Amino acid sequence: MKTVMSRKSVIALYVLPSLILVLILIYIPIVLSGYYGLTDWNGVGKMKFIGLDNYITLIHDKLFWTSTWHSILLGLFSVLSLIGYLIVSLILASKLKGSNLLRKIYIIPMLLSSVAIAQLWVKIYDPNNGMINSILTSLGVEHTPLWLADPKIALYAIFLPIVWQYAGFYIIILYAALINVPEELIEAARIDGANAFQIAYKIKIPLISGVLKVLVILAVVGSLKYFDLIYVMTGGGPGHASEVMASYMYKEAFGKFNFGYGSAIGFGLLVISMAATWLIQKFLKTKSDD
Amino acid sequence: MIKRKALTAFTLICLLIGIVLTGCSSEGSSGDGSASGGKIHLKFMHDWPKGSSPAYFNLVNEIIKDFEAKHKNVKIDVEVLNPDQYRDKIKVLAASNELPDVGLTWSNGFAEPFATGGQFTPLNDIINKDFKDQFVPGTVESYTFDGKSYALPMEMNITYIFYNKEIFKKYHIDVPKTFDELKQAGEVLKKNRVIPATVGSKDGWPASMWFMYLADRIGGPTILTDVINGKVKMTDPAIVKAAQEVQNLVDDGFFVKGNTAFSNDEAKGYFLNEKAAMFLTATWELPNFTTSPDTSKAFKEKVGYFKFPLYEGGKGTDINSYVGGPGLGAFVAENSKHKDVAKDFAAYLVKEWGKRSVEKAGILPATKVNTNGLNVHPMYLDVLKDINEASNVTTWFDTQASPNVSELHHDMMTALFGKQVTPEEFAQKQADALAKEAKK
Repeated sequence: MKTVMSRKSVIALYVLPSLILVLILIYIPIVLSGYYGLTDWNGVGKMKFIGLDNYITLIHDKLFWTSTWHSILLGLFSVLSLIGYLIVSLILASKLKGSNLLRKIYIIPMLLSSVAIAQLWVKIYDPNNGMINSILTSLGVEHTPLWLADPKIALYAIFLPIVWQYAGFYIIILYAALINVPEELIEAARIDGANAFQIAYKIKIPLISGVLKVLVILAVVGSLKYFDLIYVMTGGGPGHASEVMASYMYKEAFGKFNFGYGSAIGFGLLVISMAATWLIQKFLKTKSDD
Repeated sequence: MIKRKALTAFTLICLLIGIVLTGCSSEGSSGDGSASGGKIHLKFMHDWPKGSSPAYFNLVNEIIKDFEAKHKNVKIDVEVLNPDQYRDKIKVLAASNELPDVGLTWSNGFAEPFATGGQFTPLNDIINKDFKDQFVPGTVESYTFDGKSYALPMEMNITYIFYNKEIFKKYHIDVPKTFDELKQAGEVLKKNRVIPATVGSKDGWPASMWFMYLADRIGGPTILTDVINGKVKMTDPAIVKAAQEVQNLVDDGFFVKGNTAFSNDEAKGYFLNEKAAMFLTATWELPNFTTSPDTSKAFKEKVGYFKFPLYEGGKGTDINSYVGGPGLGAFVAENSKHKDVAKDFAAYLVKEWGKRSVEKAGILPATKVNTNGLNVHPMYLDVLKDINEASNVTTWFDTQASPNVSELHHDMMTALFGKQVTPEEFAQKQADALAKEAKK
């Protein structure tokens, strides 16, 4: 009895530092920002408690829902791109010559800072002397797209570099999972006459389904709170055409001094992210159960 | 996605290191404050990093050194950030009551929450004592709320259309005196495959300069200020017409293609590379066009400027009415521990700045400049003369507006250039926001 108790306190002692850090850095700020969302606060002066006003405005705020939709689109796009990463990883893991070198090439975008990537792609997309439009012009296209300046395509034009940026990260994880698939299983399948496609589809992918699930969640949640490239490349523009939740929150809080409303948006973002995570987990669980 | 994790890890490590280090440093810093000869440490923050604005950076450092030489018991601790970071950090610092003793602030809407929130200390005493009649009229007012002035203005800028003289000469274009002539010049340039004008409308504020001047020329020099003060509605026909004219220019292909995705710097590149013939911007760009080692000498010789042309039938009939305004001013924090010393430093900084900034850094200060014997590029003398002869300087609409309206204005400008709103919607949305604010 005594030893158990002492062990508990020892356990507590060991857990405490990280618990305190997590509380200070994550949970307390979450509660606080939820509270700030209840106030009218310009970030400097006095806070005025206004009840649920901000949250009611938020629910009726068209711009918030547009930006939410953009974030969700980005999430869908990221999940779809996982299929591409999976194919690349399958090829890389199949003892291809030079796969080591290719893996390193894929990881390069991840090593660049987001701002550098953004600047790079802004130059590529430049409608007058950018790389893409120069190629299109030389091919004889007369009305070259405006890319980031065109509200209809700006959002999708940003998705591309985002996908490119994280490709290395996903490929590395998938690759690591794939090379851990036991060789015996693959050999056995091969002896039974399975071709490469069957081995990939029936053996490798089911065996790494756990990793895939995690990646789907990472991709969706990461997309929902995505900010960097969008902020640098278009700032959410033109005219909110590429606004996502995080950039909208930033604009409200730091652009307009509406820290109260900004916090409410942040809290909304949290709720939506949690709901998304919960939905995905539920969805993927039922699938693997049967 | 992975960034968040890395960031958390990084913060954790920082925190741990912090915990370890505070043990050592707390003793050190307390000793610093009192024991080491009783030196007073003043914190000073500015947003002119060595990399992007070397002239400003060096001049500030020079003034600080001189001040320290005169006041042996004072040490100025400088923190430098780039403007965007500075903008955010100062808000965060204010929220936790940790503003530096002396710092820089933008005017009007930016300064207001700090001033009325009791973060800045009123500086009327210094202004009356040390700066009587020394500021350009209209500058101090931009930092004045309820009769108290909260900063010493350091910059004064007005806006011109800068143009490439060589391109104009090549296609036999005269400097336009009227808006129609300006449009005609655009037609000629377009025919010769030169971009008439470049503008970074992604940022909103550079685009707004076109709108503000047209509003000034069509609706008269006071119209924008009247809108802010609620005397005139944003939906006034003159304002809508100004917005319409802006959009007409967009339709005519007057501006660089894809400008809604360009920041001001990206747009400026088109002018500096001589791809675009005109660039409407403020006099803070003067160093780039005259003294900066980063622009070629050949290009500098090609740059000229002209005043924004008049609009036929418009109420603004004086070409010497400008859109412009003060930029940064120096504030002293209300809860500074050494307020008197901080005030002395701020006053010294602004005074010396006024004396040296034109020659040393090519910046037009908000204090009156004595042009006698001034050894500068002739363009500066012209501009200083213009400022003295100005009949009116309307402070930028977005600077005068509250942060809320200002941000909306920027959004609406981008949307106007991107043809996402009609001029009527453009005016209506801002009118609504202004009305909502007036109710509060």
